[in-house]
Amino acid sequence: MAKVAVIGVGQSSFVRSYPGSIRELAFEAFRDAMKDAGLKSDQIDASVVCSAPEYDKQRTPSGLMAEYLGLNPQPTFYVESVCSSSSSGLRTAYALIASGLHDVVLVLGFQKMSEISSAESQERMGRGADIQWEAPFGTMMPAYYAMYARGHFEKYGTTEEDLALIRVKSSTYGQINDKAVFQKALTLEKIMEPKYIATPLKVLDCCANADGSSCVILASEQKAKALCRKPVWIKGLGMATAPINMAGRDTFSGLRCAQIAAKRAYEMARITASDVDVAEVHDCFTIAEMMAYEDLGFAEPGHGKDLIRNKETYKDGKIPVNVDGGLLSKGHPIGATGGSQIRTVVLQLRGEAGEMQVFPGPKIGLVHNIGGVGIYGNVSIFGTE
Amino acid sequence: MGFEQFGVISFTGNTRAEQFVEFLKKNEIRGTVCKTCGAKFFPPRSDCNFCLSGDVDWFEVSGEGNLLSFTKAMFAPAGFEKDVPYMLGVAEFSDGIKVFGRIDKTLNEEIVKPGLKVKIRTVNLENDRLSYELTAV
Repeated sequence: MAKVAVIGVGQSSFVRSYPGSIRELAFEAFRDAMKDAGLKSDQIDASVVCSAPEYDKQRTPSGLMAEYLGLNPQPTFYVESVCSSSSSGLRTAYALIASGLHDVVLVLGFQKMSEISSAESQERMGRGADIQWEAPFGTMMPAYYAMYARGHFEKYGTTEEDLALIRVKSSTYGQINDKAVFQKALTLEKIMEPKYIATPLKVLDCCANADGSSCVILASEQKAKALCRKPVWIKGLGMATAPINMAGRDTFSGLRCAQIAAKRAYEMARITASDVDVAEVHDCFTIAEMMAYEDLGFAEPGHGKDLIRNKETYKDGKIPVNVDGGLLSKGHPIGATGGSQIRTVVLQLRGEAGEMQVFPGPKIGLVHNIGGVGIYGNVSIFGTE
Repeated sequence: MGFEQFGVISFTGNTRAEQFVEFLKKNEIRGTVCKTCGAKFFPPRSDCNFCLSGDVDWFEVSGEGNLLSFTKAMFAPAGFEKDVPYMLGVAEFSDGIKVFGRIDKTLNEEIVKPGLKVKIRTVNLENDRLSYELTAV
């Protein structure tokens, strides 16, 4: 199996409203990653551009980005799987290199959500469901994930307070991540205030929209060893899908696409859940992190609540999860999120995560990045060797 | 075509499964069944992914279902604000058929929980629009 490494990572700050256009926003992450990698534009053989459509007005954004980032005349194209777009970008870039087609590929994720109102943003997300059979009822992400929360409560006795503990952890680390949109400490009492968005999820169970960009640069084994002091290797990739319609789902207490993607990634990496030293999971809502603990095998089904109650997913716990604040604190600029998760894991494995660093040096890191309410599951495993 | 009458807001009026709305007008909620291999589908499909047939019949989703999960939406995406608060849920009927949709807002909230026995019925919305909802048996 081809060895492919991450040789550069970068992201913009995630903010409520970026004072510029999508091209300028994308350049923030690009500049950050290119400086991290010590590369010039003409060393990039191809690029993959990732975002969710219909937030800004630029059609065919990859062509625009290729020009603005100075990547002409190299190949570029658009990859989308809503919230997991940049993980799909990673998978694509990996394949381009593993096939021998290219040696150095750049994955650029971006999202400028502030160009439309919050209600319009929910409307777009509601159409991230089947527009013929479900969107006509008024669907939106909080409502879908809320149904999964209800299912989890019903099956396992999980409570709203268990979910709130996840937000407490998130806010602990959001405070030390200067790239996060939400950097305030939150008490359990504050999180439990009954401001429901879609029962049983309350306002602080939900991540915020944000503007942001991320950039991950991959290289073949030969180029990685030549160009990079501390390459971080891709050990395993897993992806799976579940029916876009709720009527096609077989369970409402876990995400099947994540379970299958994890199994595939673990198999490719030849590891099990217990080998993972640090993880970034898709906590668009608190329930999403709870299910991730179980879907990834960090806890048995129904026992995710034990992990958070016992603080096992804090930085000095058994399996540190989202110690950069996660989506709940960073915000969720849709196309950029996966790249940000990957960046955090890569920095952790390099020992360059600053205040967020997990000790002793993690060797295996995992990224769990979900598109929509479990339509697309992406699990990516990284290693120091 | 007719299909643009389905739901609170329609995002596409064009589908070979438009007969769904004709059935709604007759107070029937119907799914499709493949004429070649018998596979059943809800929501309705015009094409069978199991045997590739494009030939389907219509069957009625009826009887008692089991509410699997639900939520009460306190905010709505753009265009649906008038309905807030509204409930969405998914229920399982016979033959493994599941239905996602609105839940009758006149139901007493205390009874709406997983395990509730439900049935499906058509709903007339304003401006000649049609929909369906889950309600208690």
